[in-house]
Amino acid sequence: MHSRIEVFFKDEYVDPIGENVKSEIEIFGLGDIKSVRVRQVYIFFGKLTDNELDNIAKKLLVDSVTQHYLFTSDFFHPSLHGQFHIIEISRKPGVMDPVEQSVIKALQDINISVKGVKTAQKYMIDAAVSVEELHTIATKVLANTNIEDVFIYPEIPKYQQTVSCASFKKKVIPLVNAEAGQLEKISAEGQLSLNIHEMRAIQQYYKSLKREPTDIELETIAQTWSEHCVHKTLKGRIKFNGEIIDNLLKNTVMKVTEELNKPWCVSVFKDNAGIIEFDENYNICFKVETHNHPSAIEPYGGANTGIGGVVRDIMGTGLGGKPILNTDVFCFGIPDIPPEKIPKGTLHPKRVFKGVVAGVRDYGNRMGIPTVNGAIYFDERYIGNPLVFCGTAGIIPKNMCQKTTRPDDLIVVVGGRTGRDGIHGATFSSAELHEQSEQISGGAVQIGNAITEKMVLDTLLQARDKRLYSCITDCGAGGLSSAIGEMGQDMGACVYLEKVPLKYEGLSYTEIWISEAQERMVLSVPKEKEKEILELFNAENVEATVIGHFTGDKMLRLYYDSEMVGELEMDFLHNGLPRLEREAIWNEPGYEEPFLPEKENYGTDLKKILSEWNICSKEWVIRQYDHEVQGGSVLKPLQGVQNDGPGDACIIKPILGKNKGIIVSNGMNPRYGDIDPYHMVASAIDEALRQIISVGGNLKHVALLDNFCWGNTNKPDRLGSLVRAAQACYDIAAAYGTPFISGKDSLNNEFVTETETIVIPPTLLISAISVMDDVRSAVSMDVKEPGNLIYLVGVTRNELGGSHYYHIHGYKGRNVPEVNAILGKKTMNTLSIATSHGIVRSCHDCSEGGLAVAAAEMAFAGGYGMELNLSEVVVEGDIKRNDTILFSESNTRFLVEVKPEHKMQFEAVMKDVSYGLLGNVRQKPCLKIIGLNNQIIIEEYIYALKEAWQSPLRW
Amino acid sequence: MISPKVLILRTAGTNCDNETKYAFEKAGAKVDVVHINALLSKKNLLENYQLLALPGGFTYGDDVAAGKILANQIKYNLEEEIKTFIDKKKLILGICNGFQVLVRAGLLPSFESFQQEATLTHNDSNKFEDRWVHLKICSDKSFFINKINVPVLYLPVAHGEGKFLTKNSAVLEKMIKNRQVIFQYVDEKGEKAGYPFNPNGSILNIAGVCDQTGQILGMMPHPERNVDPMHQPCWTRIGLKEFGDGFLIFQNAVQYLKDNF
Repeated sequence: MHSRIEVFFKDEYVDPIGENVKSEIEIFGLGDIKSVRVRQVYIFFGKLTDNELDNIAKKLLVDSVTQHYLFTSDFFHPSLHGQFHIIEISRKPGVMDPVEQSVIKALQDINISVKGVKTAQKYMIDAAVSVEELHTIATKVLANTNIEDVFIYPEIPKYQQTVSCASFKKKVIPLVNAEAGQLEKISAEGQLSLNIHEMRAIQQYYKSLKREPTDIELETIAQTWSEHCVHKTLKGRIKFNGEIIDNLLKNTVMKVTEELNKPWCVSVFKDNAGIIEFDENYNICFKVETHNHPSAIEPYGGANTGIGGVVRDIMGTGLGGKPILNTDVFCFGIPDIPPEKIPKGTLHPKRVFKGVVAGVRDYGNRMGIPTVNGAIYFDERYIGNPLVFCGTAGIIPKNMCQKTTRPDDLIVVVGGRTGRDGIHGATFSSAELHEQSEQISGGAVQIGNAITEKMVLDTLLQARDKRLYSCITDCGAGGLSSAIGEMGQDMGACVYLEKVPLKYEGLSYTEIWISEAQERMVLSVPKEKEKEILELFNAENVEATVIGHFTGDKMLRLYYDSEMVGELEMDFLHNGLPRLEREAIWNEPGYEEPFLPEKENYGTDLKKILSEWNICSKEWVIRQYDHEVQGGSVLKPLQGVQNDGPGDACIIKPILGKNKGIIVSNGMNPRYGDIDPYHMVASAIDEALRQIISVGGNLKHVALLDNFCWGNTNKPDRLGSLVRAAQACYDIAAAYGTPFISGKDSLNNEFVTETETIVIPPTLLISAISVMDDVRSAVSMDVKEPGNLIYLVGVTRNELGGSHYYHIHGYKGRNVPEVNAILGKKTMNTLSIATSHGIVRSCHDCSEGGLAVAAAEMAFAGGYGMELNLSEVVVEGDIKRNDTILFSESNTRFLVEVKPEHKMQFEAVMKDVSYGLLGNVRQKPCLKIIGLNNQIIIEEYIYALKEAWQSPLRW
Repeated sequence: MISPKVLILRTAGTNCDNETKYAFEKAGAKVDVVHINALLSKKNLLENYQLLALPGGFTYGDDVAAGKILANQIKYNLEEEIKTFIDKKKLILGICNGFQVLVRAGLLPSFESFQQEATLTHNDSNKFEDRWVHLKICSDKSFFINKINVPVLYLPVAHGEGKFLTKNSAVLEKMIKNRQVIFQYVDEKGEKAGYPFNPNGSILNIAGVCDQTGQILGMMPHPERNVDPMHQPCWTRIGLKEFGDGFLIFQNAVQYLKDNF
């Protein structure tokens, strides 16, 4: 029994959602669309009178100024007959819909009770389209069939409340006597992603116990041993060019931190996030996660829950950090690829892009966390495996950074309810994607509910400050199984699964245990605090439930309705994973330097590079993020006279009223990795650091995060390039004195089609965070006043390999930019002295597109012209070509603006490092560059340059 | 009165409470941030305060419509208390989501009937946008701005549903006649202008309105995000001022309360 209310805009008002849909359909080139109107549909289960329905509509659902409504029991209203094509889309049963929860809550406020609510969108399309086209519109533009049901009239939607199906039955998996083939089959059929060595280790264990495992035990082991959770590749044994590396992470990324031994590193590589010191009262925690596989299948939900997950990492660090900023970096396929070139089983990159941005926007904005930093990178090889890096920094009182669980503490789960969403996320993310992944793993994808998480955050911080719990972790990959398994690792735990609050009936005990339903945290609560903490959560409508307790016997025991369904030794669970030895090789790919004819004028090349997807303005994205909430913004992502220039890094003040700040930046350039992943990583670290220097920071208090996204590292060449990348992490971070504090890897980013395997380019994201003692010395990138001098600090080399200049001409090249970290460190340290003296008016780092792009960006952001002479550029070796100097992407270079009256002071500070005085800022809004031959090689109005830079992403 | 008392109301999804508190405290007020459940269980709590502020955020996720669910909670539970509050010459401020709540609860533009007469609907761009806007102060009717002698304020907006519309032209005409339009979006020269200066397509470029008494103010831009000198996006160009433009509003309101209580 259900009734429906349809809410829609009055005819005299524009229907903004309908207009949006119309333009989306037009992009796909489908039919002749006259108009699209969208109706928001609410379906109510339970018996409601017409009077009650009218009340619900008037009091709650309808904006009386702009909207109409009708309530009906029929999907198809006779008044619509023949006018429109009608498509209705609703979330599949069990998929999170935050609106449903809000409506139920709001109905209580007006004293109407219902059995359940469901929402749908009804699209009324006035267009001449064929049945096939309508189907394409429904499935490729409007709905994601992984999570949504589509009804195209005359098909009539039938809605049912999610109801129970499973009844309790303990399941045992016969495994002890299984052959190798059977073991592999058990792993594959159960989506366990365990290899044969691991299955054998499990078999051995159960042989010694003289019994068969239950399904829940096997699942627990699979979750705990997944690549996602233990990083078995990076921590395993690797044979690289004949040499054995025992634990790559320990020998590179973690080693540099150990050797540098910075006193301000509080907690590294062990908690949910790395922690560094901030001031006398607070520390800062920082974490960047990837959420690639879910985002490939369902971009909005994948990105949404990616943010939700990393925010919970911060909430679960120490005794709980308060999130203060987000940083998001994405890699997508080329957005304007023709739809017919999309491999089967993938979504169009533009759709992925828009979905991911919307997912990040809706979660970050609702949580009230400013998204202040990010980057977007495009390459055709990301088409099957888009990458979504979500990062969050938090602030945490100094005395709240340690946590301990004690035996007999209660296990309390708080926040969202558990449903069938996200089953097998951890094991899924550790496998390759292929054409059918969409169907098989749809259940691994989920939608977040940011408001639930915000409510948890609000109450959690109160509970933390009252010391009502002793330990906390988030429910991420692996759900309760990972969270409790981790917290009880050294003690043991006992869990009563029937106590876990469920979204709907019918989940098996195993599903409850491994569900990755969002917005849940697990707390360890001393018995005497039970009443107080439950009351505190209850006061703000946050569900908190005792589901078990920690023990001292180092056993994990799982019960359902007083029957034991699983019993595992913590020791086997956490230490039983057999270590693998993998082969790795790396050979130079053997690219050659191209020969390009020299030109008299490079204005066209410059504009072309400014319009490249990887360089062009990302304002369309940035503006959709709230980057100022919490009120701590000091340097915003968009800078300059019209607030639209590309800032190098962001600065925020986490404590209002104090001038101590933090800087966040990132570095990445997968194109260099095609030539040599070592130099790619070196360049990424250099880039992240020079952005910190550009905005007025220094190297004294900088910590790094690493995020490796690679192809299938079971293949020696992929693993070899990863080893080389990790080695650069060690070398360069050690030389710059910047420790790594946390990191993450996502492997198996390959997409298998019928004809080929698309492997992502090796991709390492370096995120950097730095403490800035006084944010008043911040420097933005826009030129400030005509007459000021422009210096290029640093050395330019013939390093066009992997550059944008080569790219637009169709080449890769060989001379990839390298990093001289000794020189680089000296250059950065010296320049940071100059900025701290307040004599740098603006500063912009030279990265993609080199000197020419940096100069153009500075000029059009500031609204003034510039005249520069390339003869004054300090070069290494014999460079005779203008294009090399203009577009080389050599590292550790900065364009710096200095007032004439500070010339002597600036040059005195900089005397021991390389710099050239290239020219000055001009009133005339024109970028003029004079070549080595004393001829003008670029003369372009800054408006033309800005237009080239802004137009591609003006969506 | 030495330190006026401000109640900042929060609920699920409120997220600008902390910086709004900072702004009021900087202006000399004492501030308590109170959850709606606490207020509903003890409605006379309001009597202790002279100013009620509804900060920005996404209350209840903006599900159904921005601010709607909190608006209903206020409308169906606190009507008497709010009327008494206004009778006592106290002030109410709604910023962004708070403005949406006040409009949907029927407190703005006219609070007497608790009937919704206007709306804040989807931006013409149909997307959330964070950008800085220039605001012309077009009337001194509101006690939040009546002593401010700066003609144009520079503040950020950050919303997806900020397009102000009235139920009919009579409502709009009455608002104009009563001088209830307080802020209009303008360009950097102070002239009327279209997108992006008017970021959402509001009728008559309306960015903020007050009720007939001048005691209730609702505005889409965020004054609490331009309180400190470094909030201003161009501070590295023009140098550091003593405080941001938004601070004037908090200062003005707190001064009114000091003078009248």
